[in-house]
Amino acid sequence: MTPDLPNPTPANPEADPWAGLRAFTAARIALGRNGTSVPLREALAFKLAHAHARDAVYSTLNTEQLLADLAAQQLPVCQVRSQAPTREAYLQRPDHGRQLDEPSKKLLAEQAPGDCDIVLILADGLSATAINDHAGPLLRLLLPQLQHAGFRLGPIVLAEHARVALGDEIGQLLRARLALVLIGERPGLSSPNSLGAYFTYAPRPGLTDEARNCVSNIRPEGLGYELAADKLFFLLREALRLQLSGVGLKDLSDLLPV
Amino acid sequence: MPYRHTIGSRTYRFDDLKTLLARASPLRSGDVLAGVAAATYEERVAAQFALAEVPLRAFLNEALVPYEEDEVTRLIIDMHDATAFASVSHFTVGQLRDWLLSEAADAEALQALAPGLTPEMVAAVSKLMRNQELIGVARRCEVVTRFRNTLGLRGRLATRLQPNHPTDDPRGIAASLVDGLLYGSGDAVIGINPATDNPKAVSNLLHMLDAVREQYAIPTQTCVLCHVTTALQLIEQKTPVDLTFQSIAGTEAANASFGISLSVLQEAWEATLALNRGTVGQDVMYFETGQGSALSANAHHGLDQQTCEARAYAVARRFRPLLVNSVVGFIGPEYLYDGKQIIRAALEDHFCGKVLGLPMGVDVCYTNHAEADQDDMDTLLTLLGVAGCNFIMGIPGADDIMLNYQSTSFHDALYVRQVLGLRPAPEFEAWLQQQGIFDEHGLLPASTSSQLLKQLPPALR
Repeated sequence: MTPDLPNPTPANPEADPWAGLRAFTAARIALGRNGTSVPLREALAFKLAHAHARDAVYSTLNTEQLLADLAAQQLPVCQVRSQAPTREAYLQRPDHGRQLDEPSKKLLAEQAPGDCDIVLILADGLSATAINDHAGPLLRLLLPQLQHAGFRLGPIVLAEHARVALGDEIGQLLRARLALVLIGERPGLSSPNSLGAYFTYAPRPGLTDEARNCVSNIRPEGLGYELAADKLFFLLREALRLQLSGVGLKDLSDLLPV
Repeated sequence: MPYRHTIGSRTYRFDDLKTLLARASPLRSGDVLAGVAAATYEERVAAQFALAEVPLRAFLNEALVPYEEDEVTRLIIDMHDATAFASVSHFTVGQLRDWLLSEAADAEALQALAPGLTPEMVAAVSKLMRNQELIGVARRCEVVTRFRNTLGLRGRLATRLQPNHPTDDPRGIAASLVDGLLYGSGDAVIGINPATDNPKAVSNLLHMLDAVREQYAIPTQTCVLCHVTTALQLIEQKTPVDLTFQSIAGTEAANASFGISLSVLQEAWEATLALNRGTVGQDVMYFETGQGSALSANAHHGLDQQTCEARAYAVARRFRPLLVNSVVGFIGPEYLYDGKQIIRAALEDHFCGKVLGLPMGVDVCYTNHAEADQDDMDTLLTLLGVAGCNFIMGIPGADDIMLNYQSTSFHDALYVRQVLGLRPAPEFEAWLQQQGIFDEHGLLPASTSSQLLKQLPPALR
């Protein structure tokens, strides 16, 4: 005879009676409980979301894939790095992530093809996964619009351990009228691969956030590719026409449909 | 005036008091980023030896940010209570540490001393203390505040119910709010971070929160964490504002970057008091702070981030707040790199705030690019429960879907209350029992808490 063993109760506790309220929000409500703890399935779901976010922070640009994605545009591509040598350094020293390392500076100075209207920078930021997932589909819509409108595009720059402001130094070295940075945003639990697009007119080192405009949360579950491309095209055209970016252009972007 | 300490054959020199404080500060990424941290472990301890010998009076004579340039410095110096200071005026920083750890430093003595201490003195002494000492001294402080309930009593731990939604959708907010109430959360405040600072949108949220509070006769206060100038505008329009919120920092320049000054805060305080909406007290201000905010505004004047943070508490205590919340891990790894640094900073903030006489709560939190996870938060939560923290956050599943960071959940509050025998604010606890949500031992099975569910807020019907 085996002794009576206790049942692990409740093995899989039910959600709370108000689970119907979940229809109104993506927040983790009506989770149920086991003692004071969340049920195991909810605990693991949270851990998985955090794992995706952590993996995104340490992800790297899939250069091969990106080069293949961009081949159709027939633009020269170059690769640069910031002064942050590692991800750990990058996370602790945002100032280093805003400056090119010496070989990259040299490379861009040598490659400078003459004046261009827009230089495009693909930066890993806090989620290279965002670039890997969304830069290709977004640019397949955006670049033809820009080319069709007659803008002269500079080379495409892939930047590693990069902060947004690194684009200003790159834009200046490549003598671009405008620098557009696509960058992986800080991952949230429900959005490990959200893409942000920032641009500055007359880019140069030392500019701050008020000189920039931003279109954020670009991903199919957020701002979709088509809407994002249209919005960016409109804003970039206006920035080049009005010869400004930042606060002065902000009111304009508020008029756009989201 | 330079400070020196010799270790073996090497003499370390620290040019002035702010440099000494910065070099003595336990390691954190923000001080390295600012270029003020000790270069070596030995230099840090040398600075701590030297700091221990500094007389407390030195902090009254050597302003870390010039008096003429900074209204926070002027506030600290002008409001200093020499009578309260008299009992420790002959102490060095090291002697203050020893006294704080002694049995003489009971709740009453600490409370009497608070107005005699400046933020810089408290920041300095914290740098000489281990985590267990920060916990032990803070635990002895009791800072009680009141609006519609009584917060900060010994043996109590309150929560801010934070039902944020990315687009301020009233149904989404109401759903999280009901969930929180049914888990016993919300005695510190029911407070929303709005997605927009638009006055009309904030007003709509305030009206909704007020209606829910009235509908269920909840003995708590509500708040929409908009900018203080927006709150002032809404108060003029007779919007139901219980508490006025503002993020504050420890230098005039950092506050200017938040679009505030002491006079704006004074105006908001007076306007909110005039509404006279409290029932058991009139503590009407809610402040949030966090190490690194001054540096991120490039307004730190060469101070270390923990000393800047303590100076923000001088701003807070001028306005007799109901709640002060250090949002410790929100700022990111360039200021607090990992769980260890976040935990240390939180214990410092809680200690400094309490010793200065503030009703300190902590947002036990981290972002996804920090080297931290929920295990670190469990550790910090437990430590803060032991330290007698006034309140923590309550967020569905610890996941704030609007601000995109992780904090403490409704479940976390249940846990820490259970393991440490802590209870909600007395008026709120009575309400929870009356609703069938709690009994005297804590949360009841979900099936008993049906009253609220029978009459859901209008947004959810």
